[in-house]
Amino acid sequence: MMPPTRQNNGSPLLDVRDLRVAFRTPDGVLEAVRGISFSVDRGRVLGIVGESGSGKSVATQTMVGLTQGARVSGEAFFEGENLLAMPPEQLRAIRGRGIAMIFQNPLSSLHPFYRVGWQIVEMIQAHDAMTKRLARTRAIELLGLVGIPRPDRRVDDYPHQFSGGMLQRAMIAMALALNPRLLVADEPTTALDVTVQAQILRLLRRVQQEFGMAVILITHDLGVIAEVADEVVVMYAGRAMEAAPRRELFRAPSHPYTRGLLESIPRADGEGARLTPIRGQPPSAIAPPPGCPFHPRCAHAFERCRANVPPLIPVPGVARHLSACWLGEEGRP
Amino acid sequence: MTTTAAQATVRSRGPWELAFERLRRDRAAIAAAATLLAVGLVAAIAPAIATAVRHGPAQQFLDVGLSPSGIPLAPNTTFLLGTDSLGRDVLVRIAYGTRVSLLVGLLASALAVLIGTLVGIVAGWYGGFVDRVLSRTMDVFLALPFLVFALALVAVVGPSLTISVTVIAFFCWASVGRIVRAETLSIREHEYVQAARTLGASPARIMFVEILPNVAPSVIVYTTLLIPGAIVSEATLSFLGLSVVPPTPSWGNMLADAMAYYKVAWWFVFFPGAALVITTVAFNVLGDSVRDALDPRRDQAVPATDEEVS
Amino acid sequence: MTTSAVAPPARPGEPLVRLEHVVKDFPVKSGSLFAKSRERVHAVADVSLDVRRGDTLALVGESGCGKSTLARCLMRLHDLTGGRVLFDGHDISTSTQGELRPFRRRMQMVFQDPYGSLNPRRRVGSIIGDPFEIHGLRHGADRVKRVQELMELVGLNPEHYNRFPGDFSGGQRQRVGIARAIALRPDFIVCDEPVSALDVSIRAQILNLLDGLQDELGLTYLFISHDLSVVRHVSDRVAVMYLGKVVELAPVRDLFGHARHPYTRALLSAMPAPDPDRADTREEILLAGDPPSPLDPPAGCGFHPRCPRAQARCATEVPALAPCPGDAAEHLAACHFPVADGEAPAAAGSARQEAL
Repeated sequence: MMPPTRQNNGSPLLDVRDLRVAFRTPDGVLEAVRGISFSVDRGRVLGIVGESGSGKSVATQTMVGLTQGARVSGEAFFEGENLLAMPPEQLRAIRGRGIAMIFQNPLSSLHPFYRVGWQIVEMIQAHDAMTKRLARTRAIELLGLVGIPRPDRRVDDYPHQFSGGMLQRAMIAMALALNPRLLVADEPTTALDVTVQAQILRLLRRVQQEFGMAVILITHDLGVIAEVADEVVVMYAGRAMEAAPRRELFRAPSHPYTRGLLESIPRADGEGARLTPIRGQPPSAIAPPPGCPFHPRCAHAFERCRANVPPLIPVPGVARHLSACWLGEEGRP
Repeated sequence: MTTTAAQATVRSRGPWELAFERLRRDRAAIAAAATLLAVGLVAAIAPAIATAVRHGPAQQFLDVGLSPSGIPLAPNTTFLLGTDSLGRDVLVRIAYGTRVSLLVGLLASALAVLIGTLVGIVAGWYGGFVDRVLSRTMDVFLALPFLVFALALVAVVGPSLTISVTVIAFFCWASVGRIVRAETLSIREHEYVQAARTLGASPARIMFVEILPNVAPSVIVYTTLLIPGAIVSEATLSFLGLSVVPPTPSWGNMLADAMAYYKVAWWFVFFPGAALVITTVAFNVLGDSVRDALDPRRDQAVPATDEEVS
Repeated sequence: MTTSAVAPPARPGEPLVRLEHVVKDFPVKSGSLFAKSRERVHAVADVSLDVRRGDTLALVGESGCGKSTLARCLMRLHDLTGGRVLFDGHDISTSTQGELRPFRRRMQMVFQDPYGSLNPRRRVGSIIGDPFEIHGLRHGADRVKRVQELMELVGLNPEHYNRFPGDFSGGQRQRVGIARAIALRPDFIVCDEPVSALDVSIRAQILNLLDGLQDELGLTYLFISHDLSVVRHVSDRVAVMYLGKVVELAPVRDLFGHARHPYTRALLSAMPAPDPDRADTREEILLAGDPPSPLDPPAGCGFHPRCPRAQARCATEVPALAPCPGDAAEHLAACHFPVADGEAPAAAGSARQEAL
């Protein structure tokens, strides 16, 4: 578990401990998240990076109660209260107000039959006793804030009348409407063109600073992490493999998975040489290998890796850098 | 070389196998299937039943089969389900009627599905002029009133089993065609169809090898719901005397006879009606279960990783 | 089924694939039922390209630029509205599908979606064997053997011959698609975003596979991607497309080192690189607005509404794709005011920096 940094108010905004999420399927129990712990401080950006099957989306969605039919254990303290033990009405009150979420595909997150402005107003009024007129003014204000031109006109448009980038901005506007303390952005730019992605990331950073929000940014793209995150957690097969501040992670990655990822990514600034892939496939979530989930693909695996799951061990000599690898104890390769 | 050790633990199952397993787990489906099996059995052994109780289906027992005042007998030890207005054994007649219903139901449906699928796929694949012509044709068929045409046809040719089958198929194929056409239109855009085109596959090959297996689930579901419709249609036709010729029993014409006697002979109405209802409901329940089992959304076998498609 | 004939190769030195002024329109019905005027979407608006034997030409651009449509025109999955497509010197622009069959053995395609490009109801052995079946080659046990060889070649376990696509992961399915594409030893393969839908740790595997196959089988690739970093690794030459036209065409080193077109520069700068130093210090060229819709293209240079260097001339005159002053003949750009080395893109005249 990442030791929370002591900010002026002491405790982290969000403190997740040993979160486990499992689903029952006809083929067996699918353990999507296997004991992940992380924390986010006020006003900081935590990047969670992982590929499909890593459990990154399931973890955050479960945290706010959006997963159905799952077996959940662990704790998720938001401003001191455990989200996972809360009654549904209280949790619903927190969603939107304390914690806001934006997803990958804005077209499927917004109702296609209602005007965008109306949807924002509806959300505001669900949490705040505001008149419709005031709420609408606020909605227009927000749309302008996120860079949508002519917000007074666009507020009455339907989602399909927006382009992908504009719609994602509208989503961000909706998320900001109630001044949340935490914004969870789940792959917000994956479905967007790269020039639009750059705009949205710029917007997220600006908005985060202006509103002083904490942000959890979930992505599979290490480039996006390098742009936006303050701290990074790398997930694989439902577990955290490595946690570190941004620069540290890229400068001196410790876990073989992180290193493998960084070595296998094609770079626009690199030479056109052969890439070094990580061999093998991500494991099945139903029948995972024992011990460290990465060991079948790891060039440095030895007996202990096959037998025991390594916990997050601090990397010697570096502050706030943890790696779930037995090599840390045996000495780095 | 990428070995898939993880795959070994999750057994490889094709989409049909998966659907079948889902069906097997569905209790309603099992019950419905068992019922239909029983119905089929009755149809198959109808002559054996007749021999067992020693009553033929057209045999009139005017002396022992009717009361002194000429009213049909209630179920008793000799006539297990009672007799009809002419002293015939209701049980045996229902058994033989099952044959008619199943035969017409299955045959007419099969014919409708065959024609409808062919027309639907061709219309959906070619689009343009071919599609317009075929779609309008289907529209015409869907607009025709069933009974009026049946009556007219029978008035010209005379009632028979063949006519029943033809008429019912005649009116059902277009709805199959519409469904298949709609499915084809969407499947046509899938990348594996584009891939087949880049390989140089002929349209006939694409329609048969790529599209047909993927419209099959919808067709199968629709067929299981078409059959009870066909059975009821046949019952309607024979109720009006437009299907099999008396004394051949069918559930429909038994009900027609029974109408006048319902006050005094409830069994005469009840048992053919019950047979019709049970068979129809069983097919409908099975059809619903089949549709759930074939639901394409659930066809992703839990893969080694649940991939995201960005 | 007769084995289809194979056309004889043309002179060496000729490009394997040549596109000449290709235009592809799609009709869009306007609102009224009785309106005579029919709008047309210019998905591809005059593209001329060569793909040389043994090369990898990358086609890069964002959504709406027409790269996928161009590829499908090349493969004759669409009919051309205008222009010519020549394969090995033979004009296939107006050939019927029947006439194209011999060429189908020599030009193939790998698709983007590993889930959509394989028929879920067929076994992979049958899918990979399709090319043989369609062209009447190799029957029975011989075909099975050949398919299994192909499976090994792409890194699949030949014992999985009878499995369905649903049993495989995305990366493995993509290998199946590749095996299908190389089955008949084609000369030319169009790779349409072959790794975009795959996990990051799998991409390198597939890219290496494609690279290895190119060497082993002497393939020529047209590689379509929106991801410039991937393009950097695989291509020899790069064509950047915008709004149905090629705006820059250069050898890969030149494109990444000295891009001339402002759009290319914006694209390069927008790419998030996994390097915090670069992220913190690089120049950010942010374009205003979204990629335009081909339904309503601007007059003059298609890029001018978003271009930080645009001037009056750009709104009226369409720039030609030509070498810039001082550049080699290989490096072409379609811009009235190309960006010189060391120059900041917003320098020339009106500073139309996006305000965000």
